[in-house]
Amino acid sequence: MTIVFERTRGLTDVETHYCPGCTHGIIHRLVGEAMVELGVLEKAIGVAPVGCSVFAYNYFNCDMHEAAHGRAPAVATGIKRVHPDKFVFTYQGDGDLASIGMAEIVHAAHRGERISTIFVNNAIYGMTGGQMAPTTLVGQKATTAPGGRSEEHCGRPIRISEMLATIHGAKFVERVAVNTPANIRKAKKAIIECFKVQLEGKGFGIVEVLSTCPTNWGMTAPEAMKWLEDNMIPYYPLGNLKRPEEAE
Amino acid sequence: MAKVLMKGNEAIGAAAIQAGCRYFFGYPITPQSELPEYMARELPKVGGVFLQAESEIAAINMVYGAAGAGARVMTSSSSPGISLKQEGISYLAGAELPCLIVNIMRGGPGLGSIQPSQTDYFQATRGGGNGDYRLVVYAPANIQEMVDLIIEGFDVADQYRNPVMILGDGMIGQMMEPVEFKTPKKRELPEKDWATTGTGGKRKPNIINSLYIAPEDLEAHNIRLQAKYQKIREKEVKVESYKIEDADVVISAYGTTSRIAKTAIAKLEKEGYKVGLIRPITLWPYPYDEFKKINPNCKGILTVEMNAGQMVDDVKIAVEGKFPVHFYGRMGGMVPTPEAIIEKVKKICGGEI
Amino acid sequence: MEERIVIAGFGGQGIMALGQLLTFAGMTEDKNVSWLPSYGPEMRGGTANCNVIISTEAVGSPVVTESTSVIVMNRPSLDKFENTIVPGGRLFINSSLVDRESTRDDIEVYYIPANEIANQLGNSRVANMVMLGAFLEVTNVVEKSTILEKAFTAVFGENRAHLLPINKEALERGAQVVQEQKVSL
Repeated sequence: MTIVFERTRGLTDVETHYCPGCTHGIIHRLVGEAMVELGVLEKAIGVAPVGCSVFAYNYFNCDMHEAAHGRAPAVATGIKRVHPDKFVFTYQGDGDLASIGMAEIVHAAHRGERISTIFVNNAIYGMTGGQMAPTTLVGQKATTAPGGRSEEHCGRPIRISEMLATIHGAKFVERVAVNTPANIRKAKKAIIECFKVQLEGKGFGIVEVLSTCPTNWGMTAPEAMKWLEDNMIPYYPLGNLKRPEEAE
Repeated sequence: MAKVLMKGNEAIGAAAIQAGCRYFFGYPITPQSELPEYMARELPKVGGVFLQAESEIAAINMVYGAAGAGARVMTSSSSPGISLKQEGISYLAGAELPCLIVNIMRGGPGLGSIQPSQTDYFQATRGGGNGDYRLVVYAPANIQEMVDLIIEGFDVADQYRNPVMILGDGMIGQMMEPVEFKTPKKRELPEKDWATTGTGGKRKPNIINSLYIAPEDLEAHNIRLQAKYQKIREKEVKVESYKIEDADVVISAYGTTSRIAKTAIAKLEKEGYKVGLIRPITLWPYPYDEFKKINPNCKGILTVEMNAGQMVDDVKIAVEGKFPVHFYGRMGGMVPTPEAIIEKVKKICGGEI
Repeated sequence: MEERIVIAGFGGQGIMALGQLLTFAGMTEDKNVSWLPSYGPEMRGGTANCNVIISTEAVGSPVVTESTSVIVMNRPSLDKFENTIVPGGRLFINSSLVDRESTRDDIEVYYIPANEIANQLGNSRVANMVMLGAFLEVTNVVEKSTILEKAFTAVFGENRAHLLPINKEALERGAQVVQEQKVSL
């Protein structure tokens, strides 16, 4: 018998708490597989955020820190400075990274910290129940924007990858999505390339992953996938924004 | 080793390096900036890392990362910056990570001033961050003692897996005194087998965490923390006292203020007054028991601080209503004079207050 | 013996360094010492002062409220610290920059034209050493040789050692001035 698919060693055998249809599970698997394929799982130290992926420390099969809200890049900096030979990554959502943790992510990139960040953007605060995020689209409804996000009141959603790509210390920036098998394959490729940038000591790397939140968007999982494609991708275009050879 | 003349802020750095601290994460703020400057200069020479963070918040979270990764690590700031660090301090306490935090206090509230103050006593001893946690808080009165406490403080932090705070004021940070770097008594320290160093494929993942979502788990965690704090109360109290068994008035003061009190006591003795001193060296755990040794006919306790009387609560707890507790203090960066303390002591002796 | 000294003047007059020289020398001579500076915005071009205690007993408060000696390098410092001196104490005034005399009659007062002497020596920056020479001649708190042989390079660094001769001269000229004044007192 040929095994064509199995659970990655990169994840523990713990059942996750994610909602049905949520794409965090896919992204976890991609990160776990990438670590295994690059042979870094045994020297990996991850940092989990506050938000939906707050329990990520139970799911990744490596040493983990649980950080305060938004502070994962600072925590990762402390770890990496102590263990420069280890593989250090953060896994953060859009409330964590793009709102409360904006200073920490910008300065980790600015210092060119040799860490890798997986940034899961689902355009909403999931864990706290569907409040507006800096990434929430104009017109998109949230519990704290009941009439939909108003540009006049809250501005337009922030494009993190484009912003970080302007920073010299950021050497790898790519935006991917996990709404189709083809996009999932591209996402994994980007994650592996991003991790290699750290392993080669080149600088800071980030992969922004467009993700769904059927629960708080009030949709079925297929509807959410379609909504992502129709609404998020046009505003947050997919593709690589920066590679080390282009960074100089 | 011979005595060297050192500025307080620099002596802190030298002591930390001698104690094996190799990581410092900080952010500039007066009156403690000489310390990060010293570390930026000296840590690379011993293979360590100094990093200026983008904020005090980032600095304390870098400490959280480095401490969890198993390193001897420290940060420093002054009052408003320490306020910003409170979130991280609570997480460090919750995740039981050892580290050293230095607060060179200045006047408050808010931006306050940059002059010496003891206005963060409540914040240091009562919490400051969220949750039922405690820091071991040392209040050195001179630079030699500060150096000794820093070296011991790192060991205490490691022994109990708990953050330790050095509470100084702008005066002790800025002044110069002779210091001798003695080889400290080594404590038996547990292995840091909980640290995140990568599993190496040889063990289960280590997790640094303060989140316990099930109430019964979080309660059990808290019970364990409280048991640890009780052990610290039993073992780690430090206090200096002077002639309290025979005193008509006992002054209670800590840090640099205690030195001003000593100058006042020396003058009062020359005039025939019997004045004792209780100087808490640990503000937490507080030396409550020391107050039981006070002369039962003592006319009163005078607490002297550079704040509005924050330690008075602890002194009142300690004396259990047996003596009246008076207070003399200056605020906003003003420093009490020996003459003002003398006047107050004379009034207590004369039954005027 | 306990000397409680206030040294005050403009930022840039070598006030802090003068205090550190005394403190280091005191430590070298096995006395208990402390040095406490004023700090903050007032150091940036405004007035600066430091408190030095040199004692055979343990040093209590490092803050000097009742001084045994005051060295003032400018007028605002004289106005601020003249009345902190205990009766019988000493006041050293840089008469090059201070345009009034002391109003105290219960202390010893010395007038030293420190900037004029420093300029004669060819370096206005040694005015503080002229004041120190005067102070040491009167008080003998520490030996001049300790200042020159031990404290100077410890405070200023080995790369300033070539400035020792002019600083030695400044100390001696300061001492001469007060010798003459002692006679006239």
